[in-house]
Amino acid sequence: MFAPVQSLLDAGFALSLLDGPAIQLSPEIASRAQFGWTISVHILFAALSIGLAPFIVYFTWKEVRTDDERFTRLRSFWVKVFAAGFVMGTVTGIPMSFQFGTNFPQFSSVAGEMIGGPLAFEAKMAFFLEAVFLGVLLFGRDRVSDRTYVLSSFLVGFGAWLSGFWILVVNSWMQTPQGYEMVMRNGMEVARLTDPIAAFFNPRMTWMYVHMINASVISVALLVAGVSAYIVWKKRDADAWGTALKIAVLILLVSAPLQAIHGDAYARHVEDTQPQKFAAMEGHYETGTADLHLFAIPTDPDAFMRPSEENLFTISLPRVGSFLASGGDFDAVVTGLDEYEQNPPVPLVFWSFRLMVGLGFLFIGLALWGGYLMYRDRLTDSDWYLKAMIAASPLGYAALLTGWYVTEIGRQPWVIQDVLKTDNAVSPTLTGTEATLTLVAFLVIYTGLVLSALYILRWLIEDELRDLGVTESKGHWYGPLPGVSDDD
Amino acid sequence: MTDWLPVDSYLVESLPEIWFGAVMFALTMYIVLDGFDFGIGMLYATRDNDHERETLLSAFGPVWDANEVWVIAFGTMTLAAFPDVYSRLLSDHYFLAIGFVLALLFRGLGPELREQRDDQQWKRYSDYSFIGGSLLSPLLFGMLAGRWVFDAATLSLPALLTGVGLVAVSVVTGAAFLAAKTSPTLAEDISAYGIIATLAYLGGVVVLLATVVITDAGGHAGTILSVPAAAIVGLSVVAGLGGIILAGRGEYRAWLASALALPTLLSLLVALLLYPTIYPPTGLTIQEAVVSPLALNLTTVLGFPVLLLVLWYFKFLYGVFSGPIEGDGYGA
Repeated sequence: MFAPVQSLLDAGFALSLLDGPAIQLSPEIASRAQFGWTISVHILFAALSIGLAPFIVYFTWKEVRTDDERFTRLRSFWVKVFAAGFVMGTVTGIPMSFQFGTNFPQFSSVAGEMIGGPLAFEAKMAFFLEAVFLGVLLFGRDRVSDRTYVLSSFLVGFGAWLSGFWILVVNSWMQTPQGYEMVMRNGMEVARLTDPIAAFFNPRMTWMYVHMINASVISVALLVAGVSAYIVWKKRDADAWGTALKIAVLILLVSAPLQAIHGDAYARHVEDTQPQKFAAMEGHYETGTADLHLFAIPTDPDAFMRPSEENLFTISLPRVGSFLASGGDFDAVVTGLDEYEQNPPVPLVFWSFRLMVGLGFLFIGLALWGGYLMYRDRLTDSDWYLKAMIAASPLGYAALLTGWYVTEIGRQPWVIQDVLKTDNAVSPTLTGTEATLTLVAFLVIYTGLVLSALYILRWLIEDELRDLGVTESKGHWYGPLPGVSDDD
Repeated sequence: MTDWLPVDSYLVESLPEIWFGAVMFALTMYIVLDGFDFGIGMLYATRDNDHERETLLSAFGPVWDANEVWVIAFGTMTLAAFPDVYSRLLSDHYFLAIGFVLALLFRGLGPELREQRDDQQWKRYSDYSFIGGSLLSPLLFGMLAGRWVFDAATLSLPALLTGVGLVAVSVVTGAAFLAAKTSPTLAEDISAYGIIATLAYLGGVVVLLATVVITDAGGHAGTILSVPAAAIVGLSVVAGLGGIILAGRGEYRAWLASALALPTLLSLLVALLLYPTIYPPTGLTIQEAVVSPLALNLTTVLGFPVLLLVLWYFKFLYGVFSGPIEGDGYGA
């Protein structure tokens, strides 16, 4: 009775289109592409929760304390964004933890003892907290006291930050694993937990946590600044939004420089603990002294595929790479990629790193510019600044994603550094057909999801403008917003 | 710093079995609580006026996300205590597992999107996403569970019947939950569907168990004919038929209590069948699959108190949003 359906499944009917050698992917490549793509989308929403949380707590607290209409407006708008982002985060996040099992079961078995606990703590300590109190924050304004309401906003934010903590315990352990020994279990060599403190607070953990939390705060501050700038641009006397822009710029003034200083020290830590990744970040092919490339632009198309000194125009400080990496020795030898049998794809890591750093400096510039305007009390008067902030609103996310590409692609060929290679982590029973089929499904569905998220943000902004009495909004909900290209 | 945690022995000797119980508890919480949501989503298809649909959404809105987290708790607790079960369960059933998470995605997204536009066409598509996701999620999750417990093929009777059974029991709990919270006319309407679903569920369970006994799927024939399994089935029949009587009399809160017994008993039956062979397809037992003492001790000491706290949150959440609901929509 089900024979036709079964035979369709077996034949992989949809893949008759994909069956060429060029398109059907190996299980490993398809699984990695699928995981990379889904986490790239998911992390946008995770970072939104982490970065928006302090804004929400502040707006809610100010609203309850001062009864100021500006904060009611800001709280109500951003809680809606937070809620939509949280739903997107939940629905995109569940497939992440499932893929550990569906696509990378060997990884789950090898690392289960090390990562299962932290992931379970994340679910129990953080997700429940967020989900339960977000329900109160969204639907309970009239059902609970002011105090409980503010507390709910705090608990939602605390949940978001705690969830980031446990996830980064897992990820940092994959970068600098310790606190384990390898033992046999059910015919497989797996990691056995020997020292939880060493495993959870491994060398990378705090570096990563500070960098990621701050990156989320920067990304969301830029988003808040961009949305505020747009609304102020449409209606100059929208003073709630002038306030929001000011708060966002103040946050950027602290967080953007902090990220650069912290990032510099973080890079040296990576050189110490993952020299291969560092070499890929710097395009350092041969072991020897290293120059520091402050700035690089390709002079030849080859530079995109194999960035090196011959095809790049660089502003470099000779041997400063050695100096920084070793902490004071200009002649120090820095390990090059030639020491390894298998290397990560250098151009992806090299260019992602440069894009992230470049954007980081751009954010410092935007923050200082805003600080200067604020000092002159002209923050909401400068058309140029408003336009620049509107254009910059998705760039925090771009920096966050490229930073993670450096971290994750730079660790290849390992999934757990020096313990398990990615191609050994993939399910041995998974076929290329299965993996390609689900990859295509995830590509289509998550693209739709990102578009819906962008539309939701646009509609919320349009509603807000309507509420502020800006009537020139068009009758149609489609079509570009004037002056905004792609508002994240 | 962790000197106080035993490294080479479990805190108590039966800790692996206790964790098996904890994982089954999370599974029960999931199929009970998200069962409300799936049921609401499927019953939503039977409502054609906008006011009633909004009423259903306002019952769903504040709780679904927290309910859904129980599936993550179930998954991550399995990974933490029995990593090899987690990896086999999901990689052996690739399409079912991916299909389930995608169905959950559409279920969660539908109401969120619906709220955003006042446009009939848009609402219709959002509703398809909500209804389709609410039907497919329990179907695929149930089929996954059926394959796991009965070591059966995807399109075999045991897997399909487990899927259909989970769909039916979700309609029962969703209907009882709604009936207890809405106006008498809507409650009466919805309880009619609840009664049909109860009969379908009980019939489905009987056919499923008969099939398993006849084919000895997963080697479970003996267990199903044992006294504990017979007791579970008997109690299910009593709870189901009792629920039908209570629903007919309009005693909806009592009906809700009896309806909750059905998924709880179902999960108890699953636990009975998976003990002590936690992964029948490979014959892996609890003792073979469990992680080392230190890891499990740590997860116990850090995790169990939090689990109690979580139960308190849920009491708080359902307390805040208890009482009758009106048609004020998904909110936000």
